[in-house]
Amino acid sequence: MSILVIADHDNGSLKPVTLNVLAAATAIGGDIDVLVAGEGCGAAAEAASKAAGVAKVLVADNAAYGHQLAENLSLLVADLGKGYSHVLTSAGTTGKDFLPRVAALLDVAQISDIIKVESADTFVRPIYAGNAIATVQSSDAIKVITVRGTAFDPVAAEGGSAAVEAIDNVQDAGISTFVGQEMAESDRPELTAAEIVISGGRGMQNGDNFAMLEKVADKLGAAMGASRAAVDAGFVPNDMQVGQTGKIVAPNLYIAVGISGAIQHLAGMSGSKVIVAINKDEEAPIFQVADYGLVADLFDAVPELEAAL
Amino acid sequence: MKVLVAVKRVIDYNVKVRVKADNSDVDLTNIKMAMNPFCEIAVEEAVRLKEKGIASEIVVVSIGPKVAQEQIRTALALGADRGILVETDEQVQSLQAAKILKAIVDEEQPQLVILGKQSIDSDNNQTGQMLAALAGMGQGTFASEVVVEGDKVNVTREVDGGLMTVGLNLPAVVTTDLRLNEPRYASLPNIMKAKKKPLDTKSPADYGVELSASLTTLKVEEPAKRSAGIKVADVAELVDKLKNEAKVI
Repeated sequence: MSILVIADHDNGSLKPVTLNVLAAATAIGGDIDVLVAGEGCGAAAEAASKAAGVAKVLVADNAAYGHQLAENLSLLVADLGKGYSHVLTSAGTTGKDFLPRVAALLDVAQISDIIKVESADTFVRPIYAGNAIATVQSSDAIKVITVRGTAFDPVAAEGGSAAVEAIDNVQDAGISTFVGQEMAESDRPELTAAEIVISGGRGMQNGDNFAMLEKVADKLGAAMGASRAAVDAGFVPNDMQVGQTGKIVAPNLYIAVGISGAIQHLAGMSGSKVIVAINKDEEAPIFQVADYGLVADLFDAVPELEAAL
Repeated sequence: MKVLVAVKRVIDYNVKVRVKADNSDVDLTNIKMAMNPFCEIAVEEAVRLKEKGIASEIVVVSIGPKVAQEQIRTALALGADRGILVETDEQVQSLQAAKILKAIVDEEQPQLVILGKQSIDSDNNQTGQMLAALAGMGQGTFASEVVVEGDKVNVTREVDGGLMTVGLNLPAVVTTDLRLNEPRYASLPNIMKAKKKPLDTKSPADYGVELSASLTTLKVEEPAKRSAGIKVADVAELVDKLKNEAKVI
């Protein structure tokens, strides 16, 4: 078995989720190579070479991969992937974007968002917004897989000493260009990797009231999330959305404030270790999954919580 | 220009699914079905492009059982011009769906293909990307804004951390995110008119696609149930429990 893991990175640094994907690769077993494709991505490659269990790091450093456009990246990965039994990456927006293209180019199925490795050809993944769990077996020669990072404990970031090898494989499909980006600025921990997440929903009433949650988040060192209702109402930007169509989180502690607990929201956070719900409606579905529920007006309870911490 | 929209018949998003007792699949008997929410957004976007004078014809396609006609009729009532149902009672996996759509793209030669980013049943998020790869087209996935300018389309995408805009040569594939638009409702007169719009029925074999798939579902189970929690009386008790019982803060 030989496994190719495509690293998540922003050129300058390796994203922590790569270590979770490496854990899934380790569970499959075999030699693990990591591909770092980007522009000026030497530092990310260096970091990947230190991760536990990595045999070799391949670096494709070229302007064609600078923004990881799916059209170019998928040609590179499909080309390299022919030599491997498994091709893995994280189920972030980059992985979801380019990997199905790789699968189609290799004429194999893709297995999305796995949460468990049963064996080298059998994997477990949630379907129907996490309301059912499917075990699927693949007969393809190359298994192309995206991994739900929160479902695997990360491998050690230090201690490895893999060889770093530059590869000169430039694939430019010439059909897409990067135009621009608008990234949300935040000093808080990244939502999908945070130990504690505090999320607000429609009950917050407006964007200004999220300042109350920020104060609690600061005291706990928590990341901030939101329900779709809060995003759609314009309270907070969309990248804060937790749920089936947003981010999947599984922190140690998830605090849901003014969130009713629709199926689609639960899909994104029901893997959390401890769930706290603060809601004034005691019939809200969120209380059916909450370990600790507080039936109270959030405008009283949240400042009290901040004061108590 | 011609726009092709793919729609899927799925369980209504409000329904709580149940797993069959034999763990073979989820139970869909007598369950309310509907158009996949992301596909509704795809139809709406196509209709808006037509209203702006950019799209000249909207062809809507669905792959599925005979009853998937209902979802095509819904799309026709919302403003699509004609429909194609690729009828099969088999479960169709993403790669096979993408191959059928690729054959339809070859035949219809649309400038833009719009799909939902994922169906809420299989949660795969693959078909649009696979179609784009097979057709050699650029892709704008998870779109929250689509701007067609001449022979190019700029797509603003919802990515981890914010928004990213890509420029694609036409023809191209776009997959919709929830915030792209708010789909309209079909009016009764439009529903009546939709009944007269053309709807072709085809089979996967007409497009030379074999449905034999490489993925087998071994079992489908209920997710692990969370144990019932407790209600606390006030904030002080909550903080105490989190510190001393759950030990998470």
